[in-house]
Amino acid sequence: MANFQNVEVTTDLLILGGGMAACGAAVEAAYWAKKNGLKVTLVDKAAMDRSGAVAMGLSALNQYVGLHEGKNTVKDYVDYVRMDLMGIIREDLVANIARHVDSTIHLFEKWGLPIWKDENGRYVHEGRWQLMINGESYKVVVAEAAKNALAEAGGEYFERIFIVEPLLDGDRISGAVGFSVRENKFYIFRAKAVIVAMGGAVHVFKPRSTGEGLGRAWYPPWNSGSSAYFTLRAGAEMTSQEVRFIPVRFKDAYGPVGAWFLLFKAAATNSMGGNYMIERKAELESWKPYGLVKPIPANLRNWLGMLDTMEGKGPIYMRTDEAIQRIAAEAGDEKAAKKKLKELETEAWEDFLDMTISQAILWAASNVEPEKRSSEIAAAEPYFIGSHSGASGAWVSGPEDLQSGDTKKDYFWGYSHMATVKGMFCAGDASGASSHKFSSGSHAEGRIVGKSAVKYVVDNNTLPKVDMAKVEELKKMILKPLDVYEEHSKLSTDPEVNPNYIKPKMFMFRLQKLMDEYVGGVSAQFSTNKSCLERALELLTFLKEDSDKLAAKDHHELLRCWENIQRMWQAEAHARTILFREETRWPGYYRRADFPKMDEQSWHCFANCKWNPASGQWEMMKRPMLHVYPKAQEHELLGG
Amino acid sequence: MPSFVITDKCDGCKALDKTACQYICPNDLMVLNKEKMKAYNQEPEMCWECYSCVKICPVQAIEIRGYADFVPMNAAVTPMRSTDSIMWTVKFRNGMLKRFKFPIRTTEEGKAKPSGGYATAHGDLKSQVLAQEPEALNMSEVYTIK
Repeated sequence: MANFQNVEVTTDLLILGGGMAACGAAVEAAYWAKKNGLKVTLVDKAAMDRSGAVAMGLSALNQYVGLHEGKNTVKDYVDYVRMDLMGIIREDLVANIARHVDSTIHLFEKWGLPIWKDENGRYVHEGRWQLMINGESYKVVVAEAAKNALAEAGGEYFERIFIVEPLLDGDRISGAVGFSVRENKFYIFRAKAVIVAMGGAVHVFKPRSTGEGLGRAWYPPWNSGSSAYFTLRAGAEMTSQEVRFIPVRFKDAYGPVGAWFLLFKAAATNSMGGNYMIERKAELESWKPYGLVKPIPANLRNWLGMLDTMEGKGPIYMRTDEAIQRIAAEAGDEKAAKKKLKELETEAWEDFLDMTISQAILWAASNVEPEKRSSEIAAAEPYFIGSHSGASGAWVSGPEDLQSGDTKKDYFWGYSHMATVKGMFCAGDASGASSHKFSSGSHAEGRIVGKSAVKYVVDNNTLPKVDMAKVEELKKMILKPLDVYEEHSKLSTDPEVNPNYIKPKMFMFRLQKLMDEYVGGVSAQFSTNKSCLERALELLTFLKEDSDKLAAKDHHELLRCWENIQRMWQAEAHARTILFREETRWPGYYRRADFPKMDEQSWHCFANCKWNPASGQWEMMKRPMLHVYPKAQEHELLGG
Repeated sequence: MPSFVITDKCDGCKALDKTACQYICPNDLMVLNKEKMKAYNQEPEMCWECYSCVKICPVQAIEIRGYADFVPMNAAVTPMRSTDSIMWTVKFRNGMLKRFKFPIRTTEEGKAKPSGGYATAHGDLKSQVLAQEPEALNMSEVYTIK
């Protein structure tokens, strides 16, 4: 076996991940841990200043409820999210995040994040729930607060350690193991509670760009399904694994469209000048009641555009020129219009420069001035995220005080946002059925679990057992790709081609190809059926067997091997759940061609799954969709 | 190759124990060739073009060249990041230049105070009230349905 020194770290609360949710968890947990004499330890696979999905920055905060302004209520947000996800969300979880997200944003502002203000000192809204920011250093500022909080509380953080497997003591989590991506060290973290916040999954499906632009995914390519893998392997029940997210973005570089649609009120039209949102309005009837609400659910907006594309009416263009000229003209006289035009141009460029610099390069390289010409938009490829408009993640307990008589039995088991494994908490992309938390809501959810995990530790203040024989077994398994390479690489003159092993990149391409073709990727126009899914599971079985023959020449490739194994597990959970749910509910995310309609009678419920660590078997189950708020609300929404 | 290192400018961060780009890259792409003492991107097709390496490089040796499989050549987007703002120079394919300057933070680097200055004396471990609440909500209490 590769010679890696064991490093054992014992702590009270272990936070896995370093992104928005993990930073939220750190800042909150540090406060309560200090009060209770506990130690908090955070582990990041990269450098906290620029790790996670907000590494590059962002141009907007997409979840701000503004409760103190009195315009929106927590229930308003819950209604919006439920309708956007076609009726299937955990109202208790969404409400919990919504009631705390404002304080997260007010803290961001104190920490130094520049949030746009109007002349009266109020936040500038991009849309009803969205705020505009100068967000180049968004992650730097949030990480700084988290690091300072850990330092104040005597906690610590580790960077460049890749967490692979959970450690369990019966039905309770007892820690995690992983390896340094810089030196020959194998880490064994022991803890009384563990917070999982290691992001979503990208590159499970073949992306549209497969050359050098492979890395230009909408969500960052380093999000490899670490959370899903970790929670699945711990035996946790997972939810909404069928709900992938497909964003419609500026084509190829995936620049954001939110400011264009919401702030600038731009229209998108096809090559014949038709606006699919108007021309295809009748299609929304097929998806009522959700198809008839405002705003129209994201996946249905996707679907209307996809119908145009499939009928050969593309490209679809965002009419940036019309929008900017219209707003400038509304500004008043020629001088005012000119000034407004300049202002809008700057805002349009900042939107990209703050969060998707590649789109600025693409515009500059194509001589695009948005005020003069339109730019193409398109549906990207599928992603797995518990935030934004996705929903996949672990099935977690809600808070006790946000349950109704109906929900408590099914949705509450003691600690807010704790998974079905004792002591294992999930936040951000790691927790499911609580969509639309975005960056700010993920941080708020991190704060929620930061406190509830400390409470768990105080209530269960014993260090769970760790079976060192099991740890050695895991170490051998985790380092195996290095051993495989060492043993076989000299057989051929080019170590990339060898009959005894597979390198991580080709392994990833194999996964992406089968997912793309059989599980409704871009090439399959997001459509699949029972036979395709069964074929995918057959190919996944071969891939899983071959994962034992992954080879790594160095630390970096060992990281890539495990990232791709994680992707493979996310893929399997996805394929199995799509197979289980015999209907089409989110047509702009995927369609079951053999069940093309929504079936409220049988499927107005959660599709959950679980992998049993003891037997290695998957179990599929339905969980009821229950309401915290009175159901009559849907009629009000439709009427309003 | 999305991020690339200019040979003449890179000094391998020789004064430090590791290179700045290697330290910061979220995707573990930047490595140092110890013989040449020059950094490079070991997996350019996994680069997100997040510019973290470009912004942190102490000698401005790193630039981004748009993805070769879909971006026409000869454009460049270059940042100059200071402690409170960032200046972007956008060079178009046709030679046109645009410059933009945006604030990046309102506090001094390193000084983000976890409490944000909000009162933290409220709430116990059992309640739903988070550390800086309800003050940080600008409310008198935390919402509940009970």
